Amino acid sequence: MNTKSFERSQKMGKFITYAALVFGSIIMIFPFVWMILTSSKTVSESIQIPPTILPQQFMLDNFVDAVNSLPFVNMYFNTIMMIIFRVIFAVVFSSMAGYAFAKLKFKGKNLLFGIVLMQMMLPSQIFIIPQYQMVAKLGLANSIAGLVFPGLVSAFGTFFLRQAYLGIPNEVGEAAFLDGCNQWQTFTKVMFPLTSSSVAALTVFTAVFAYSDLMWPLVVNSDLNMMTLSSGLANLRGQFTTNFPVLMAGSLLAMLPMVALYLFFQRQFIEGIAMTGGK
Amino acid sequence: MNNKLSRAARIEQNWGWFMVAPTIIGLIVLNVWPFIQTIYASFCEHLGFGHYQFIGIGNYVNMFQNAEFWRATGNTLLFCVLTVPVGMFLSLLVAVMLNAKVKFKGGFRTIFFLPMVCAPAAVTMVWRWIFNGDYGILNQLFGIHVAWVTDPKVALVSCAVVAIWSAIGYDAVLLLSGLQNISKSYYEAASIDGASKVTQFFKITLPMVSPTLFVTMIMRLMASIKVYDLIYMMVEETNPALTNVQSLIYLFYRESFIAGSRGSGSAIAVWTVLIIGVATLFQFWGQKKWVNYEV
Repeated sequence: MNTKSFERSQKMGKFITYAALVFGSIIMIFPFVWMILTSSKTVSESIQIPPTILPQQFMLDNFVDAVNSLPFVNMYFNTIMMIIFRVIFAVVFSSMAGYAFAKLKFKGKNLLFGIVLMQMMLPSQIFIIPQYQMVAKLGLANSIAGLVFPGLVSAFGTFFLRQAYLGIPNEVGEAAFLDGCNQWQTFTKVMFPLTSSSVAALTVFTAVFAYSDLMWPLVVNSDLNMMTLSSGLANLRGQFTTNFPVLMAGSLLAMLPMVALYLFFQRQFIEGIAMTGGK
Repeated sequence: MNNKLSRAARIEQNWGWFMVAPTIIGLIVLNVWPFIQTIYASFCEHLGFGHYQFIGIGNYVNMFQNAEFWRATGNTLLFCVLTVPVGMFLSLLVAVMLNAKVKFKGGFRTIFFLPMVCAPAAVTMVWRWIFNGDYGILNQLFGIHVAWVTDPKVALVSCAVVAIWSAIGYDAVLLLSGLQNISKSYYEAASIDGASKVTQFFKITLPMVSPTLFVTMIMRLMASIKVYDLIYMMVEETNPALTNVQSLIYLFYRESFIAGSRGSGSAIAVWTVLIIGVATLFQFWGQKKWVNYEV
Protein backbone atom coordinates (compact mmCIF):
# COMPACT_ATOMS: atom_id res chain seq x y z
CA MET A 1 0.00 0.00 0.00
CA ASN A 2 1.16 3.52 -0.78
CA THR A 3 2.15 4.94 2.60
CA LYS A 4 2.24 8.56 1.44
CA SER A 5 -1.33 8.61 0.18
CA PHE A 6 -2.38 6.70 3.30
CA GLU A 7 -0.81 9.37 5.51
CA ARG A 8 -2.42 12.09 3.46
CA SER A 9 -5.86 10.55 3.79
CA GLN A 10 -5.27 10.16 7.54
CA LYS A 11 -4.42 13.85 7.84
CA MET A 12 -7.44 14.72 5.76
CA GLY A 13 -9.64 12.65 8.08
CA LYS A 14 -8.19 14.39 11.13
CA PHE A 15 -8.86 17.76 9.59
CA ILE A 16 -12.47 16.90 8.77
CA THR A 17 -13.01 15.55 12.29
CA TYR A 18 -11.71 18.74 13.90
CA ALA A 19 -13.66 20.96 11.52
CA ALA A 20 -16.87 19.08 12.27
CA LEU A 21 -16.29 19.15 16.03
CA VAL A 22 -15.54 22.87 16.01
CA PHE A 23 -18.57 23.58 13.83
CA GLY A 24 -20.77 21.49 16.14
CA SER A 25 -19.36 23.24 19.21
CA ILE A 26 -20.18 26.64 17.73
CA ILE A 27 -23.79 25.56 17.20
CA MET A 28 -23.93 24.22 20.76
CA ILE A 29 -22.42 27.34 22.32
CA PHE A 30 -24.01 30.02 20.16
CA PRO A 31 -27.42 30.13 21.93
CA PHE A 32 -25.67 30.70 25.26
CA VAL A 33 -23.45 33.45 23.83
CA TRP A 34 -26.46 35.08 22.22
CA MET A 35 -28.32 34.89 25.50
CA ILE A 36 -25.47 36.67 27.33
CA LEU A 37 -25.09 39.33 24.62
CA THR A 38 -28.82 40.04 24.41
CA SER A 39 -29.17 40.29 28.18
CA SER A 40 -27.09 43.48 28.10
CA LYS A 41 -28.99 45.20 25.29
CA THR A 42 -31.85 47.66 25.52
CA VAL A 43 -35.12 46.54 23.95
CA SER A 44 -34.67 49.00 21.09
CA GLU A 45 -31.14 47.76 20.46
CA SER A 46 -32.29 44.15 20.54
CA ILE A 47 -34.80 44.76 17.71
CA GLN A 48 -32.50 46.94 15.64
CA ILE A 49 -32.08 45.97 11.97
CA PRO A 50 -29.41 45.05 11.07
CA PRO A 51 -28.78 43.57 14.52
CA THR A 52 -25.76 44.51 16.61
CA ILE A 53 -23.58 41.65 17.72
CA LEU A 54 -21.97 43.17 20.81
CA PRO A 55 -24.16 45.28 23.08
CA GLN A 56 -23.51 49.03 22.88
CA GLN A 57 -22.97 49.13 26.62
CA PHE A 58 -22.55 46.68 29.43
CA MET A 59 -25.52 47.09 31.71
CA LEU A 60 -27.39 45.21 34.39
CA ASP A 61 -30.77 46.93 33.97
CA ASN A 62 -32.39 43.83 32.48
CA PHE A 63 -31.24 41.73 35.41
CA VAL A 64 -32.71 44.31 37.77
CA ASP A 65 -36.00 44.18 35.84
CA ALA A 66 -36.04 40.39 35.97
CA VAL A 67 -35.33 40.30 39.71
CA ASN A 68 -37.99 42.96 40.33
CA SER A 69 -40.63 41.03 38.39
CA LEU A 70 -39.91 37.62 39.86
CA PRO A 71 -38.94 36.62 43.42
CA PHE A 72 -35.62 35.10 42.36
CA VAL A 73 -34.38 34.66 45.93
CA ASN A 74 -37.44 32.56 46.75
CA MET A 75 -37.13 30.64 43.50
CA TYR A 76 -33.50 29.76 44.22
CA PHE A 77 -34.41 28.75 47.75
CA ASN A 78 -37.38 26.62 46.66
CA THR A 79 -35.37 24.92 43.93
CA ILE A 80 -32.44 24.18 46.25
CA MET A 81 -34.70 22.82 49.01
CA MET A 82 -36.60 20.66 46.55
CA ILE A 83 -33.32 19.27 45.19
CA ILE A 84 -31.79 18.65 48.64
CA PHE A 85 -34.83 16.80 50.00
CA ARG A 86 -35.38 14.78 46.83
CA VAL A 87 -31.72 13.76 46.81
CA ILE A 88 -31.74 12.78 50.50
CA PHE A 89 -34.92 10.73 50.15
CA ALA A 90 -33.76 9.08 46.93
CA VAL A 91 -30.34 8.17 48.34
CA VAL A 92 -31.47 6.93 51.77
CA PHE A 93 -34.57 4.95 50.80
CA SER A 94 -33.14 3.65 47.52
CA SER A 95 -29.93 2.52 49.20
CA MET A 96 -31.89 0.58 51.80
CA ALA A 97 -34.22 -0.99 49.26
CA GLY A 98 -31.47 -1.55 46.71
CA TYR A 99 -29.37 -3.39 49.30
CA ALA A 100 -32.28 -5.55 50.42
CA PHE A 101 -33.29 -6.44 46.86
CA ALA A 102 -29.72 -7.33 45.95
CA LYS A 103 -28.45 -9.09 49.05
CA LEU A 104 -31.24 -10.28 51.36
CA LYS A 105 -33.65 -13.17 51.05
CA PHE A 106 -37.25 -12.42 51.96
CA LYS A 107 -40.71 -13.52 50.93
CA GLY A 108 -42.40 -11.53 48.17
CA LYS A 109 -39.13 -10.10 46.89
CA ASN A 110 -39.90 -10.63 43.19
CA LEU A 111 -43.42 -9.28 43.46
CA LEU A 112 -42.22 -6.17 45.29
CA PHE A 113 -39.45 -5.62 42.78
CA GLY A 114 -42.11 -5.87 40.08
CA ILE A 115 -43.74 -2.75 41.55
CA VAL A 116 -40.41 -0.93 41.18
CA LEU A 117 -40.10 -1.98 37.53
CA MET A 118 -43.71 -1.03 36.80
CA GLN A 119 -43.21 2.50 38.09
CA MET A 120 -40.11 2.90 35.91
CA MET A 121 -41.95 1.91 32.75
CA LEU A 122 -44.89 4.28 33.16
CA PRO A 123 -44.66 7.98 32.27
CA SER A 124 -44.88 10.24 35.32
CA GLN A 125 -47.92 12.07 33.88
CA ILE A 126 -50.14 9.05 34.51
CA PHE A 127 -49.71 9.67 38.27
CA ILE A 128 -49.85 13.42 38.31
CA ILE A 129 -53.58 14.19 38.73
CA PRO A 130 -54.09 11.87 41.76
CA GLN A 131 -50.76 13.04 43.22
CA TYR A 132 -51.93 16.61 42.93
CA GLN A 133 -55.25 15.74 44.57
CA MET A 134 -53.39 14.12 47.48
CA VAL A 135 -51.17 17.15 47.93
CA ALA A 136 -54.18 19.45 47.83
CA LYS A 137 -56.06 17.31 50.37
CA LEU A 138 -53.06 17.30 52.71
CA GLY A 139 -52.97 21.08 52.45
CA LEU A 140 -49.47 20.97 50.98
CA ALA A 141 -50.14 22.93 47.78
CA ASN A 142 -47.83 25.95 47.56
CA SER A 143 -45.17 24.50 49.83
CA ILE A 144 -41.71 22.97 49.63
CA ALA A 145 -43.19 19.67 50.81
CA GLY A 146 -45.54 19.79 47.82
CA LEU A 147 -42.59 20.21 45.46
CA VAL A 148 -40.75 17.25 47.01
CA PHE A 149 -43.83 14.99 47.19
CA PRO A 150 -43.49 12.81 44.04
CA GLY A 151 -39.77 12.41 44.82
CA LEU A 152 -40.23 10.90 48.29
CA VAL A 153 -39.22 7.53 46.90
CA SER A 154 -37.36 6.70 43.73
CA ALA A 155 -38.06 3.55 41.76
CA PHE A 156 -35.22 4.35 39.40
CA GLY A 157 -32.84 4.95 42.34
CA THR A 158 -33.82 1.58 43.81
CA PHE A 159 -33.24 -0.20 40.51
CA PHE A 160 -29.94 1.62 39.96
CA LEU A 161 -28.51 1.03 43.44
CA ARG A 162 -29.62 -2.61 43.38
CA GLN A 163 -27.32 -2.97 40.37
CA ALA A 164 -24.50 -1.40 42.40
CA TYR A 165 -25.02 -3.83 45.31
CA LEU A 166 -25.23 -6.78 42.94
CA GLY A 167 -21.75 -5.83 41.77
CA ILE A 168 -20.30 -6.27 45.27
CA PRO A 169 -19.26 -9.91 45.96
CA ASN A 170 -21.30 -11.68 48.65
CA GLU A 171 -18.08 -12.53 50.49
CA VAL A 172 -17.73 -8.90 51.55
CA GLY A 173 -20.98 -9.00 53.46
CA GLU A 174 -20.29 -12.47 54.86
CA ALA A 175 -16.92 -11.34 56.20
CA ALA A 176 -18.55 -8.38 57.97
CA PHE A 177 -21.19 -10.73 59.36
CA LEU A 178 -18.52 -13.06 60.76
CA ASP A 179 -16.80 -10.06 62.33
CA GLY A 180 -19.96 -9.57 64.38
CA CYS A 181 -21.83 -6.93 62.35
CA ASN A 182 -25.60 -7.34 62.25
CA GLN A 183 -27.51 -6.78 59.00
CA TRP A 184 -27.89 -3.04 59.60
CA GLN A 185 -24.21 -2.54 60.48
CA THR A 186 -23.14 -4.62 57.49
CA PHE A 187 -25.22 -2.34 55.33
CA THR A 188 -24.26 1.05 56.79
CA LYS A 189 -20.62 0.44 57.71
CA VAL A 190 -19.43 -1.92 54.99
CA MET A 191 -21.70 -2.08 51.95
CA PHE A 192 -23.06 1.48 51.65
CA PRO A 193 -19.58 3.11 51.51
CA LEU A 194 -18.67 0.77 48.64
CA THR A 195 -21.42 2.25 46.46
CA SER A 196 -20.22 5.86 46.72
CA SER A 197 -19.71 6.36 42.97
CA SER A 198 -23.22 5.10 42.25
CA VAL A 199 -24.65 7.28 45.01
CA ALA A 200 -22.85 10.27 43.49
CA ALA A 201 -24.32 9.40 40.09
CA LEU A 202 -27.82 9.10 41.55
CA THR A 203 -27.36 12.46 43.30
CA VAL A 204 -26.43 14.22 40.06
CA PHE A 205 -29.23 12.51 38.17
CA THR A 206 -31.87 13.36 40.79
CA ALA A 207 -30.69 16.96 41.11
CA VAL A 208 -30.60 17.68 37.37
CA PHE A 209 -34.01 16.15 36.74
CA ALA A 210 -35.64 17.88 39.72
CA TYR A 211 -34.17 21.18 38.52
CA SER A 212 -35.45 20.67 34.95
CA ASP A 213 -38.90 19.45 35.96
CA LEU A 214 -41.60 21.83 34.79
CA MET A 215 -45.07 20.29 34.93
CA TRP A 216 -45.18 19.27 38.58
CA PRO A 217 -43.95 22.65 39.95
CA LEU A 218 -46.42 24.43 37.66
CA VAL A 219 -49.30 22.28 38.84
CA VAL A 220 -48.60 22.12 42.56
CA ASN A 221 -47.32 25.62 43.38
CA SER A 222 -49.29 28.41 41.74
CA ASP A 223 -48.12 31.07 44.21
CA LEU A 224 -45.28 33.03 42.58
CA ASN A 225 -43.28 33.00 45.83
CA MET A 226 -43.35 29.20 45.94
CA MET A 227 -42.25 28.59 42.35
CA THR A 228 -39.06 26.91 41.24
CA LEU A 229 -36.67 28.47 38.74
CA SER A 230 -38.29 26.51 35.89
CA SER A 231 -41.90 27.33 36.66
CA GLY A 232 -40.96 30.92 37.52
CA LEU A 233 -39.41 31.33 34.08
CA ALA A 234 -42.62 30.10 32.48
CA ASN A 235 -44.30 32.91 34.37
CA LEU A 236 -41.74 35.49 33.24
CA ARG A 237 -42.47 34.49 29.65
CA GLY A 238 -46.07 35.56 30.17
CA GLN A 239 -45.08 38.91 31.67
CA PHE A 240 -42.46 39.95 29.10
CA THR A 241 -43.71 38.35 25.90
CA THR A 242 -41.51 40.37 23.54
CA ASN A 243 -38.99 41.97 25.88
CA PHE A 244 -36.27 39.49 25.03
CA PRO A 245 -33.40 41.22 26.88
CA VAL A 246 -35.25 40.77 30.19
CA LEU A 247 -36.22 37.19 29.28
CA MET A 248 -32.57 36.44 28.51
CA ALA A 249 -31.43 37.98 31.78
CA GLY A 250 -33.98 35.91 33.70
CA SER A 251 -33.00 32.71 31.92
CA LEU A 252 -29.33 33.39 32.63
CA LEU A 253 -30.06 33.89 36.33
CA ALA A 254 -31.99 30.61 36.37
CA MET A 255 -29.25 28.67 34.58
CA LEU A 256 -26.18 30.07 36.26
CA PRO A 257 -25.98 28.00 39.47
CA MET A 258 -26.35 24.65 37.75
CA VAL A 259 -23.97 25.57 34.93
CA ALA A 260 -21.39 26.77 37.48
CA LEU A 261 -21.68 23.47 39.39
CA TYR A 262 -21.38 21.60 36.12
CA LEU A 263 -18.21 23.42 35.08
CA PHE A 264 -16.61 22.65 38.46
CA PHE A 265 -17.66 19.01 38.55
CA GLN A 266 -17.78 18.16 34.85
CA ARG A 267 -16.48 14.65 35.22
CA GLN A 268 -18.90 13.75 38.03
CA PHE A 269 -21.81 15.23 36.09
CA ILE A 270 -21.07 13.56 32.78
CA GLU A 271 -20.02 10.21 34.19
CA GLY A 272 -22.88 10.25 36.68
CA ILE A 273 -25.45 10.83 34.00
CA ALA A 274 -23.79 8.38 31.62
CA MET A 275 -23.86 5.76 34.38
CA THR A 276 -27.53 6.33 35.19
CA GLY A 277 -28.41 6.48 31.51
CA GLY A 278 -26.70 3.25 30.62
CA LYS A 279 -29.25 1.31 32.61
CA MET B 1 -38.62 -28.62 52.52
CA ASN B 2 -38.37 -27.21 55.99
CA ASN B 3 -41.30 -24.89 56.51
CA LYS B 4 -39.81 -23.25 59.54
CA LEU B 5 -37.05 -20.82 58.67
CA SER B 6 -33.95 -20.88 60.80
CA ARG B 7 -33.54 -18.02 63.25
CA ALA B 8 -30.89 -16.33 61.09
CA ALA B 9 -33.04 -16.61 57.96
CA ARG B 10 -36.00 -15.17 59.81
CA ILE B 11 -33.96 -12.20 61.00
CA GLU B 12 -32.71 -11.68 57.45
CA GLN B 13 -36.27 -11.74 56.15
CA ASN B 14 -37.39 -9.16 58.69
CA TRP B 15 -34.50 -6.90 57.76
CA GLY B 16 -35.40 -7.31 54.10
CA TRP B 17 -39.00 -6.25 54.67
CA PHE B 18 -37.95 -3.40 56.92
CA MET B 19 -35.46 -2.05 54.39
CA VAL B 20 -37.77 -2.13 51.37
CA ALA B 21 -40.75 -0.85 53.37
CA PRO B 22 -40.30 2.92 52.87
CA THR B 23 -39.80 2.52 49.11
CA ILE B 24 -42.62 0.02 48.63
CA ILE B 25 -45.12 1.94 50.77
CA GLY B 26 -44.11 5.12 48.96
CA LEU B 27 -44.54 3.52 45.54
CA ILE B 28 -47.93 2.12 46.46
CA VAL B 29 -49.18 5.47 47.74
CA LEU B 30 -47.52 7.66 45.09
CA ASN B 31 -47.69 5.45 42.02
CA VAL B 32 -49.70 2.23 42.19
CA TRP B 33 -52.78 3.80 43.72
CA PRO B 34 -52.63 6.93 41.48
CA PHE B 35 -52.25 4.68 38.44
CA ILE B 36 -55.45 2.84 39.34
CA GLN B 37 -57.17 6.14 40.12
CA THR B 38 -56.19 7.63 36.77
CA ILE B 39 -57.57 4.64 34.90
CA TYR B 40 -60.79 4.86 36.92
CA ALA B 41 -61.00 8.64 36.42
CA SER B 42 -60.75 8.16 32.66
CA PHE B 43 -64.22 6.55 32.90
CA CYS B 44 -65.56 9.39 35.03
CA GLU B 45 -66.61 12.97 34.83
CA HIS B 46 -64.81 15.32 37.19
CA LEU B 47 -67.38 17.25 39.24
CA GLY B 48 -64.77 19.51 40.83
CA PHE B 49 -62.73 19.34 44.03
CA GLY B 50 -61.59 15.80 43.34
CA HIS B 51 -65.10 14.31 43.12
CA TYR B 52 -65.79 11.95 40.23
CA GLN B 53 -68.92 10.39 38.75
CA PHE B 54 -68.72 7.19 36.71
CA ILE B 55 -69.90 7.73 33.13
CA GLY B 56 -68.53 4.68 31.28
CA ILE B 57 -66.61 5.12 28.06
CA GLY B 58 -67.92 8.63 27.38
CA ASN B 59 -64.51 10.31 27.69
CA TYR B 60 -63.00 7.90 25.20
CA VAL B 61 -65.89 8.33 22.74
CA ASN B 62 -65.51 12.11 22.90
CA MET B 63 -61.76 11.84 22.65
CA PHE B 64 -61.84 9.67 19.52
CA GLN B 65 -64.27 12.10 17.88
CA ASN B 66 -62.15 15.12 18.72
CA ALA B 67 -60.02 16.49 15.87
CA GLU B 68 -57.68 18.30 18.28
CA PHE B 69 -56.90 14.99 20.00
CA TRP B 70 -56.02 13.24 16.74
CA ARG B 71 -53.97 16.25 15.75
CA ALA B 72 -52.04 16.02 19.05
CA THR B 73 -51.45 12.30 18.49
CA GLY B 74 -50.20 13.07 14.98
CA ASN B 75 -48.00 15.90 16.27
CA THR B 76 -46.46 13.60 18.87
CA LEU B 77 -45.69 10.88 16.34
CA LEU B 78 -44.36 13.40 13.82
CA PHE B 79 -42.18 14.89 16.55
CA CYS B 80 -40.71 11.42 17.19
CA VAL B 81 -40.08 10.87 13.48
CA LEU B 82 -38.40 14.28 13.21
CA THR B 83 -36.21 13.97 16.31
CA VAL B 84 -35.27 10.32 16.88
CA PRO B 85 -33.57 9.31 13.60
CA VAL B 86 -31.76 12.63 13.04
CA GLY B 87 -30.86 12.89 16.72
CA MET B 88 -29.48 9.34 16.79
CA PHE B 89 -27.47 9.89 13.61
CA LEU B 90 -25.90 13.13 14.87
CA SER B 91 -25.23 11.73 18.35
CA LEU B 92 -23.50 8.69 16.88
CA LEU B 93 -21.45 10.97 14.63
CA VAL B 94 -20.34 13.10 17.60
CA ALA B 95 -19.59 9.98 19.66
CA VAL B 96 -17.46 8.45 16.89
CA MET B 97 -15.50 11.69 16.48
CA LEU B 98 -14.94 11.99 20.23
CA ASN B 99 -13.79 8.37 20.30
CA ALA B 100 -11.06 9.10 17.74
CA LYS B 101 -7.67 10.42 18.85
CA VAL B 102 -8.51 14.12 19.07
CA LYS B 103 -7.15 16.87 21.30
CA PHE B 104 -9.47 18.74 23.70
CA LYS B 105 -11.70 15.69 23.83
CA GLY B 106 -12.85 16.64 27.34
CA GLY B 107 -13.56 20.20 26.24
CA PHE B 108 -15.69 19.12 23.30
CA ARG B 109 -17.55 16.66 25.50
CA THR B 110 -18.25 19.39 28.06
CA ILE B 111 -19.61 21.70 25.36
CA PHE B 112 -21.89 19.14 23.71
CA PHE B 113 -23.23 18.02 27.07
CA LEU B 114 -23.97 21.55 28.32
CA PRO B 115 -27.70 21.74 27.39
CA MET B 116 -28.32 18.72 29.61
CA VAL B 117 -27.71 20.73 32.80
CA CYS B 118 -29.78 23.71 31.66
CA ALA B 119 -33.49 23.64 32.43
CA PRO B 120 -35.52 23.29 29.21
CA ALA B 121 -37.49 26.32 30.38
CA ALA B 122 -34.32 28.44 30.17
CA VAL B 123 -32.81 27.17 26.91
CA THR B 124 -36.13 27.25 25.08
CA MET B 125 -36.36 30.95 25.91
CA VAL B 126 -33.22 31.78 23.91
CA TRP B 127 -34.33 29.58 21.02
CA ARG B 128 -37.61 31.51 20.87
CA TRP B 129 -35.50 34.63 20.53
CA ILE B 130 -33.21 33.14 17.86
CA PHE B 131 -36.26 31.88 15.95
CA ASN B 132 -38.26 35.14 16.37
CA GLY B 133 -39.87 35.96 13.03
CA ASP B 134 -39.39 39.72 13.13
CA TYR B 135 -36.06 40.30 14.85
CA GLY B 136 -34.57 36.84 15.38
CA ILE B 137 -30.92 36.40 14.48
CA LEU B 138 -31.63 33.35 12.31
CA ASN B 139 -33.79 35.28 9.84
CA GLN B 140 -31.41 38.27 9.94
CA LEU B 141 -28.42 36.08 9.26
CA PHE B 142 -29.89 34.46 6.17
CA GLY B 143 -32.00 37.40 5.05
CA ILE B 144 -35.19 35.36 5.15
CA HIS B 145 -38.54 35.95 6.78
CA VAL B 146 -39.89 32.75 8.28
CA ALA B 147 -42.15 32.79 11.34
CA TRP B 148 -40.35 29.83 12.91
CA VAL B 149 -42.41 29.80 16.09
CA THR B 150 -45.84 31.02 14.95
CA ASP B 151 -46.25 29.55 11.45
CA PRO B 152 -48.31 26.36 11.93
CA LYS B 153 -46.38 24.66 9.12
CA VAL B 154 -42.89 25.07 10.57
CA ALA B 155 -43.31 25.48 14.34
CA LEU B 156 -43.08 21.74 15.02
CA VAL B 157 -39.87 21.54 13.01
CA SER B 158 -38.43 24.39 15.11
CA CYS B 159 -39.33 22.50 18.28
CA ALA B 160 -37.67 19.38 16.85
CA VAL B 161 -34.47 21.35 16.18
CA VAL B 162 -34.34 22.50 19.80
CA ALA B 163 -35.04 18.96 21.02
CA ILE B 164 -32.23 17.50 18.91
CA TRP B 165 -29.83 20.26 19.95
CA SER B 166 -30.65 19.59 23.63
CA ALA B 167 -30.20 15.83 23.49
CA ILE B 168 -27.15 15.33 21.24
CA GLY B 169 -24.58 15.60 24.04
CA TYR B 170 -26.42 13.28 26.39
CA ASP B 171 -27.00 10.59 23.77
CA ALA B 172 -23.43 10.97 22.49
CA VAL B 173 -22.02 10.37 25.98
CA LEU B 174 -24.10 7.19 26.29
CA LEU B 175 -22.98 5.99 22.86
CA LEU B 176 -19.37 6.93 23.60
CA SER B 177 -19.31 4.54 26.56
CA GLY B 178 -20.50 1.81 24.18
CA LEU B 179 -17.81 2.69 21.64
CA GLN B 180 -15.08 2.61 24.28
CA ASN B 181 -15.94 -1.01 25.03
CA ILE B 182 -15.03 -2.12 21.50
CA SER B 183 -11.64 -3.79 21.56
CA LYS B 184 -8.93 -1.98 19.55
CA SER B 185 -7.73 -5.30 18.17
CA TYR B 186 -10.70 -5.49 15.78
CA TYR B 187 -9.65 -2.24 14.14
CA GLU B 188 -5.98 -3.25 14.01
CA ALA B 189 -6.88 -6.51 12.30
CA ALA B 190 -9.16 -4.69 9.85
CA SER B 191 -6.43 -2.12 9.05
CA ILE B 192 -3.95 -4.87 8.28
CA ASP B 193 -6.49 -6.40 5.92
CA GLY B 194 -6.72 -3.01 4.22
CA ALA B 195 -10.29 -2.13 5.24
CA SER B 196 -11.05 1.58 4.87
CA LYS B 197 -12.34 3.68 7.76
CA VAL B 198 -15.80 3.69 6.22
CA THR B 199 -15.83 -0.10 5.89
CA GLN B 200 -14.56 -0.40 9.45
CA PHE B 201 -17.42 1.79 10.64
CA PHE B 202 -20.10 -0.33 8.98
CA LYS B 203 -18.50 -3.74 9.61
CA ILE B 204 -17.12 -3.22 13.13
CA THR B 205 -18.34 -0.07 14.87
CA LEU B 206 -22.01 -0.20 13.97
CA PRO B 207 -22.65 -3.87 14.80
CA MET B 208 -20.60 -3.67 17.99
CA VAL B 209 -22.29 -0.51 19.27
CA SER B 210 -25.79 -1.63 18.25
CA PRO B 211 -26.89 -2.81 21.74
CA THR B 212 -26.00 0.61 23.22
CA LEU B 213 -27.59 2.33 20.24
CA PHE B 214 -30.75 0.34 20.85
CA VAL B 215 -31.00 1.30 24.53
CA THR B 216 -30.27 4.96 23.77
CA MET B 217 -32.85 4.96 21.00
CA ILE B 218 -35.56 3.46 23.23
CA MET B 219 -34.88 6.11 25.86
CA ARG B 220 -34.97 8.88 23.27
CA LEU B 221 -38.20 7.56 21.78
CA MET B 222 -39.86 7.38 25.23
CA ALA B 223 -38.77 10.92 26.01
CA SER B 224 -40.06 12.14 22.63
CA ILE B 225 -43.49 10.57 23.11
CA LYS B 226 -43.70 12.27 26.51
CA VAL B 227 -42.47 15.65 25.23
CA TYR B 228 -44.07 18.57 27.00
CA ASP B 229 -41.84 21.21 28.61
CA LEU B 230 -39.99 22.23 25.49
CA ILE B 231 -43.15 22.65 23.38
CA TYR B 232 -44.96 24.33 26.27
CA MET B 233 -42.20 26.92 26.61
CA MET B 234 -41.86 27.40 22.85
CA VAL B 235 -45.54 27.66 21.93
CA GLU B 236 -47.79 29.41 24.45
CA GLU B 237 -51.54 28.86 24.46
CA THR B 238 -52.26 32.00 22.43
CA ASN B 239 -49.85 31.02 19.65
CA PRO B 240 -51.73 30.45 16.35
CA ALA B 241 -49.60 27.35 15.76
CA LEU B 242 -50.77 25.69 19.00
CA THR B 243 -53.01 22.96 17.55
CA ASN B 244 -50.37 22.09 14.94
CA VAL B 245 -47.68 21.69 17.57
CA GLN B 246 -49.16 20.57 20.87
CA SER B 247 -48.14 17.09 21.93
CA LEU B 248 -50.38 14.61 23.74
CA ILE B 249 -48.93 15.51 27.12
CA TYR B 250 -49.36 19.23 26.40
CA LEU B 251 -53.02 18.54 25.58
CA PHE B 252 -53.23 16.43 28.74
CA TYR B 253 -51.89 19.35 30.79
CA ARG B 254 -54.30 21.85 29.26
CA GLU B 255 -57.27 19.51 29.60
CA SER B 256 -56.51 18.45 33.19
CA PHE B 257 -55.12 21.59 34.79
CA ILE B 258 -56.21 24.57 32.66
CA ALA B 259 -59.70 23.36 31.63
CA GLY B 260 -60.07 21.24 34.76
CA SER B 261 -61.59 18.26 32.92
CA ARG B 262 -59.61 15.66 34.79
CA GLY B 263 -61.71 12.77 33.46
CA SER B 264 -60.92 13.41 29.82
CA GLY B 265 -57.37 14.42 30.83
CA SER B 266 -56.94 10.98 32.39
CA ALA B 267 -58.20 9.35 29.18
CA ILE B 268 -55.44 11.18 27.25
CA ALA B 269 -52.85 9.97 29.78
CA VAL B 270 -54.04 6.36 29.41
CA TRP B 271 -53.89 6.71 25.62
CA THR B 272 -50.30 7.98 25.87
CA VAL B 273 -49.33 4.98 27.98
CA LEU B 274 -50.82 2.69 25.32
CA ILE B 275 -48.79 4.42 22.60
CA ILE B 276 -45.62 4.05 24.65
CA GLY B 277 -46.39 0.36 25.16
CA VAL B 278 -46.97 -0.25 21.46
CA ALA B 279 -43.83 1.72 20.49
CA THR B 280 -41.73 -0.31 22.93
CA LEU B 281 -43.12 -3.60 21.60
CA PHE B 282 -42.31 -2.52 18.05
CA GLN B 283 -38.76 -1.62 19.03
CA PHE B 284 -38.14 -4.93 20.75
CA TRP B 285 -39.63 -6.77 17.81
CA GLY B 286 -37.56 -4.76 15.34
CA GLN B 287 -34.29 -5.09 17.23
CA LYS B 288 -33.86 -8.70 16.09
CA LYS B 289 -33.21 -7.35 12.62
CA TRP B 290 -30.33 -5.07 13.52
CA VAL B 291 -29.06 -5.38 17.08
CA ASN B 292 -26.07 -7.65 17.47
CA TYR B 293 -25.70 -9.44 20.82
CA GLU B 294 -23.07 -11.93 19.71
CA VAL B 295 -20.03 -10.57 21.48
